[in-house]
Amino acid sequence: MADRETMTLNMGPQHPATHGVLRIELDLEGETVIEARPIVGYLHTGIEKNMEAKTYTQALTMTDRMDYLAPLSNNLVYVQAIEKLMEVEVPIRAEYIRIIMTELTRLNSHLVWLGTHALDIGAMSMLLYCFREREKITQMYEFVSGVRMMASYFRVGGLTNDVPEGFEARVKDILDTFPARIDEYEGLLTENKIWRNRTIGVGVISAEDAIDAGFSGPNLRGSGVAWDLRKSKPYSIYDKFDFIIAAGKNGDCYDRYLVRLEEMRQSLRIIRQALDGLPEGPTKSSDRKISPPTKYEVLTGMEQLIHHFKLVVHGFLPPVGDVYHSIESPKGEIGCYLVSDGSKKPYRVHFRPPSFVNISAFNKLVAGRMLADVIACIGSIDIVLGEIDR
Amino acid sequence: MGIEKYLPDGILLTTVEKAVNWSRKSSLWPLGFGLACCAIEMMSTFAPRFDLARFGMEIMRPSPRQADLMIVAGRVSTRMAPVIRQLWEQMPNPKYCISMGACASTGGIFNNYAIVQGVDRILPVDVYVPGCPPRPEQLIDGIMKLRAKIDSQRLKQEA
Amino acid sequence: MTITEEKLKTSYSDKIVEMFTFRGDLNVVIQPQDMPEICRFLKTEPELKYNFLSCITAADYLGQREKRFEVVYVLFSIPNNYRVILKTRVNENEEIPTLTSLWGTANWQEREIFDMFGLKFSGHPNLKRILMDDDWVGYPQRKDFPLTYEVPNFSFNKDEQDYRREAPWRGDEWPTEKP
Repeated sequence: MADRETMTLNMGPQHPATHGVLRIELDLEGETVIEARPIVGYLHTGIEKNMEAKTYTQALTMTDRMDYLAPLSNNLVYVQAIEKLMEVEVPIRAEYIRIIMTELTRLNSHLVWLGTHALDIGAMSMLLYCFREREKITQMYEFVSGVRMMASYFRVGGLTNDVPEGFEARVKDILDTFPARIDEYEGLLTENKIWRNRTIGVGVISAEDAIDAGFSGPNLRGSGVAWDLRKSKPYSIYDKFDFIIAAGKNGDCYDRYLVRLEEMRQSLRIIRQALDGLPEGPTKSSDRKISPPTKYEVLTGMEQLIHHFKLVVHGFLPPVGDVYHSIESPKGEIGCYLVSDGSKKPYRVHFRPPSFVNISAFNKLVAGRMLADVIACIGSIDIVLGEIDR
Repeated sequence: MGIEKYLPDGILLTTVEKAVNWSRKSSLWPLGFGLACCAIEMMSTFAPRFDLARFGMEIMRPSPRQADLMIVAGRVSTRMAPVIRQLWEQMPNPKYCISMGACASTGGIFNNYAIVQGVDRILPVDVYVPGCPPRPEQLIDGIMKLRAKIDSQRLKQEA
Repeated sequence: MTITEEKLKTSYSDKIVEMFTFRGDLNVVIQPQDMPEICRFLKTEPELKYNFLSCITAADYLGQREKRFEVVYVLFSIPNNYRVILKTRVNENEEIPTLTSLWGTANWQEREIFDMFGLKFSGHPNLKRILMDDDWVGYPQRKDFPLTYEVPNFSFNKDEQDYRREAPWRGDEWPTEKP
């Protein structure tokens, strides 16, 4: 009698639960999803083309705006790609501070993920708790670079400037208070019946499907593949630190949640080790063709004045060639493909965004499940639209 | 003070205009519309430290039919511009718009083919808040200025 | 000589155009029509097992090379922890066979290259625009597509003030490139 028909519903660009301007076309039969097609491109900014019109240091400020929850990660991949191309030695103190700031960034990103994911599923108080913790980290950014979010703190050859006095005390304060807070979040959610019902068995993806779809980061580790670029292809000085990689078993939303919580704890562990071993020394490379000299040297020496002038007016000139470098950002593997033609502006920069690849396989996660699982899955794979659309 | 001397306690006299403006500015309901990085600072403004609930803006309505303030937070790409216009048309009067951040006000650091150079090309904007992203205190300052603007509105409908 | 180099040299030495190591990564340049075969070899060979396609991207070398575009594939081997970069060079109207049957992640990344550069991939299930509007004309990432920089009406920037002062004499209507 009644014809069954598939209804196409548009979860539009403006929606409280899509994290940004993501549009998903859902083919529904009743409440069951038959196919989900994500449509992206509503935040396309033309960052890659715009970076070709700016010098290398100017283009660094644009990388912050891609994955805006983990801005220092994007800075790091871009700066390290240039350093790989130019074969620059970074001083050891700068490396330690880079690691501390990058791991704080990882905490930042995971806190926002936890807050918004829990808000979508219904635990509204988690959002308020997570943003309260995040305030400490944004204050840390502000202490070090002057800006709350888009710090652009890393430069080719080291950092912009050394950390002010009181840095270590502040980081120690974060290290002392955070573990108790993470325990608090676990106590609220991990054994919670509603949370478990909403996330166990939802959005399951097997290990082969995940590798085939190009997943990386906590999404891949949730399916059981222990692949972490900090251990497999260590960049910066990650090989000096002692930490474990968390991996799940079933590949559902609950496992990804546990993996990210454990990553937060491991980040704290890395920060503690880095803080204990923080050496003294310069924070910029001594190669004067890349890093400008200090103000005192510029005012008193002729050669330094010329170096400063050339660097500010022209910028540095990398050799001709192209290089691909990738690091482990909080969302997965972020890669930077950099082509240089020997001039002061990059010839072509391409960023391989983890969220772009993760959302392309969205259909595999939700096909055959209910509409409410779509919301849980979007939150669980942790996407940032700025990175997808660039 | 005139007639108020002879009235019992608890009665205030005012004009209808002042009462209407006071009630409109004290409970602005924002449309949950964050586009990019400024959205995160907007969420921080809703967070416990820089609480926006004390201004009556605690409820972020996802549906434009129930909201009266649109905070355009983030860069507006050319693909998203018709969507924003449609949302604006769906909001009932009286409605206000705050353009938050450099990208929404003027296009920001992205001066290229993909970004609309300022959301005021498609919407009438009441308050511009500069910054990249603006601090929560700056956004609150923008909201204060909007409240002052609402205070000075007339009840008579402009043509 | 890494194991990947050896295996490729023994099996496909006639199909490799160029092979070199730059900054620690092995780069292999091949013809576009040999792409699926060599990728299948790299994926299924038991000692190599390149099962993770990390990134597909492209670059436009307008005027610098005879083949204008270069498409770059970055492959990872998760069990063995290797990385290799494959490159092909094509002109505007040449088609490249798709790798969607080998790795599912190639689907969206090839769509992005089609959207940004206009390179077609033969055999792709859904080759449509992904980041730009469906009816956008032009391919933004090509070197002859202008940045569409809009000179602001007023600026404190001295370069822009000079440009605006001289623009009427040059006969410029709406400048499209940054001065």
